[in-house]
Amino acid sequence: MPKRTVSLVVNGRPQHVETHPMSRLLDVLREDLSLTGTKEGCGEGECGACSVLLNGQLVNSCLVPVGQAEGARICTIEGVGQHGLHPVQAAFISEGGAQCGICTPGMIMATIDLLARYPEPALEQIREGLAGNLCRCTGYMRIFSAVQKAAQAGP
Amino acid sequence: MEYRLVGTAVPRKEAGRKVSGTAEYVDDVRLPEMLHGVTVRSTIPRGHIRKISFDGAIPWHEFVIVDARDIPGKNVVSLIYDDQPYLAAERVNHPQEPILLLAHADKHLLERARQNVHIEYEPLPAVFHLEEALAAETVIWGEDNVFKRYTIEKGEVDAMWSEAAFIVEGEYSTGAQEQLYIEPNGMIATFGAEGVTIRGSMQCPFYVQKALMALFGLPAEKVRVIQQETGGAFGGKEEYPSMLAGHAALLALKSGKPVKMVYDREEDMAATTKRHPSKTRHRTAVTSDGRLLAMEVEFSIDGGAYATLSGVVLSRGTIHSCGPYRCDNVRVRSVAVATNAPPHGAFRGFGAPQSLFALERHMDKIARTVGLEPDEFRARNLLRTGDSTATGQVIKDPIDLVRLQSRALDSIGYHEKRRRFPVENARSRRKKGIGFATFFHGAGFTGSGERFLQSVVTLEARAANRVRVLTSMTEMGQGTNTVLAQIAGEALGLCYEQVEVTNPDTAEVPNSGPTVASRTAMVVGKLVENAAREMKAKLPSHDFAALGPLRVTVQYKEPPGIFWDDALYRGEAYGAFSYATYAAEVTVDTLTGEVEVNDFVALQEVGRVLHPVLATGQIEGGVAQGIGMALYEKVVWRDGVMVNNQMTNYVMPTSADIPNIRVYFEEIPYEHGAMGAKGIGELPMDGPVPAVLNAIENAIGIDFDHAPVLPEDVLAKLAKRRVA
Ligand code: FES
Ligand code: FES
Repeated sequence: MPKRTVSLVVNGRPQHVETHPMSRLLDVLREDLSLTGTKEGCGEGECGACSVLLNGQLVNSCLVPVGQAEGARICTIEGVGQHGLHPVQAAFISEGGAQCGICTPGMIMATIDLLARYPEPALEQIREGLAGNLCRCTGYMRIFSAVQKAAQAGP
Repeated sequence: MEYRLVGTAVPRKEAGRKVSGTAEYVDDVRLPEMLHGVTVRSTIPRGHIRKISFDGAIPWHEFVIVDARDIPGKNVVSLIYDDQPYLAAERVNHPQEPILLLAHADKHLLERARQNVHIEYEPLPAVFHLEEALAAETVIWGEDNVFKRYTIEKGEVDAMWSEAAFIVEGEYSTGAQEQLYIEPNGMIATFGAEGVTIRGSMQCPFYVQKALMALFGLPAEKVRVIQQETGGAFGGKEEYPSMLAGHAALLALKSGKPVKMVYDREEDMAATTKRHPSKTRHRTAVTSDGRLLAMEVEFSIDGGAYATLSGVVLSRGTIHSCGPYRCDNVRVRSVAVATNAPPHGAFRGFGAPQSLFALERHMDKIARTVGLEPDEFRARNLLRTGDSTATGQVIKDPIDLVRLQSRALDSIGYHEKRRRFPVENARSRRKKGIGFATFFHGAGFTGSGERFLQSVVTLEARAANRVRVLTSMTEMGQGTNTVLAQIAGEALGLCYEQVEVTNPDTAEVPNSGPTVASRTAMVVGKLVENAAREMKAKLPSHDFAALGPLRVTVQYKEPPGIFWDDALYRGEAYGAFSYATYAAEVTVDTLTGEVEVNDFVALQEVGRVLHPVLATGQIEGGVAQGIGMALYEKVVWRDGVMVNNQMTNYVMPTSADIPNIRVYFEEIPYEHGAMGAKGIGELPMDGPVPAVLNAIENAIGIDFDHAPVLPEDVLAKLAKRRVA
């Protein structure tokens, strides 16, 4: 398949990438744009480590062919807290929401998405809202606390 | 004793990097001219390699291809026995055995190439199950398929059967479990005049160094191993990294370029280590008033095709098999055997979750037979200060396990629920139940292990009153960096921010032993504490700058009065045990077979809690993995191959599956642990499986003696009961 130029706006900056349209958005971010904060845990849409916001929607970037993201606005972990820690990041630190950290960028993107939909989420909404993001270290409890604390801090 | 730093929730040292996405994991590293590497593996469980052909329209001349003949040193992954090759030369012994390595700059082409290597075999008969291996009709390892046996003998077991009011027998088994760290295994190797340099995801840099010294015939100073940020490990990055690092290094040597090898999820699940499947038989003699007269245990584990750590896993499982109970007459016989599956290995708990699962299911069975409540029966037999364990280790700590157990049960409303649930269950298809387990976990290496390790740590005072802690202990999420800084800062009278913990790099840090066995805080932390106290004595004014750079190095010394007999398996098995009672409340849906854990109490005595948030997080994470082992995580095997090697069909708990886990600590400071700490990392893996299965039995009156219990297992047993 021939390469072509795909244009995206990543973390507010226009980017033009020469690539196969079927390349995974995940690889374009990590390899072409050197944004390695987005992680790969499974490559099959199960773990959520590769979560990013695409036009404000939470997606698994390992499942998105970059051709489908033509013209889209992408926000990755590198775009969060560009001007000092984001409240979600601060809450993950203080509540112990990150252990090994490999799920953390995706978990933070999912939390930002969750809080945009439910600014004051009930525990059940947090449980359901994060169910697409696997964490093997924490047993999720500290992550729930982090989400609640970030919600209290407001946007 | 009052502490400033220890016991407070200082921010995790590397948290800033982790929440901002700047922490550098191995797959985030890119070196100039770097190639990617892949492994061509066996496709049969056992046989001779007859022919290798390279087919298809692949430009093979562009590839670096390595086989066993390219190995300059010894073709063995050096660990305990030298039985596992880096690359099979002539014979394969499991269906994921590495045979060839390929490297190329283009990952996609590399994958195509891997699929176009064809290997012909002459198959040999293979063995896939514990019983088959023990029967030894087909011998696949050594003379009888046995990697290791142990026997523990205490008192006069044989004399007790005739005196028993009850003899209770039971058989229990557990399946394999995948560690499922979210970051798969990965390594980058470079080769140059200075030797080989490895960067990667790992628990034990000095294990990797030792293995590569043998593989390449190089001295230690020519093998440098650097840990990258590590995205979870749980034992799964204890021994396997030596294999992967060797493979990457062989490709780097032959290509002259840096080579990165990162497994994808499917390969990581299929080819790397898992928790050993196990089988345990219990035969127990009990008095009419519910006291343990004699315990006879047979414990066996399936080690897979090579010995790796199976003997050590077996040892821990054996020692834990009689739990925290007082019994004067004990016989434990255990065995680890070979099968033609990829080697099983270290996974949090290291044999103890298997044997303690069996024991804590069996204790409920005995209680039922004797006609006592499960807690009352245990209370009559729990160890008290001055009693001795199965190996004859006398418990010196002022423990009160009966009180610990009843506090945990009170927290979950155990007695009230045992009365109420049966009444409510009669009216509902959704049956509630409650169960628990009381257990212990020994911290540090077994027996004389810590003495042989001779661990070393160094503290270095630098300008501006800053101190560096140098150890080989890796951070993999459990909080090494943070607690070691707390300990050093506390002892030196510095603030947390003034202490820096050096990233493990064999060129820079001393060998403090491997990051395993719940030993980091307790054993190595104590060395850090000792070094800090020594440094403080030398620097009373704290004006480090004026005195110039100062290094203090200390080495492990065995606490006095420790005796261990490796031949008889008697004596002080561990420096300290942590103790716990875990209780679970479940709902079993008798229509769908689904089991939900609704509430979970985890109460433990772990010595001094160094960091309340990290400690709580360790327990919660372990409990979640335990719930996974109890209810979700089933490895499906076909002829030695894991066939559900994807996250879609090997299911770990999500945030929607985990109950509110309520964690409580009791603290009895342990004098030989850092600031009084005992081991904590593995303990939470031991209790959830029996607690959950005991709760299921309480809910529906059916006892499950195998973990995991999936909905289909529940439905099958319910159907069988209806027929009966
Ligand atoms: S890597 Fe995309 S969901 Fe796991
Ligand atoms: S912190 Fe390790 S996987 Fe979530």
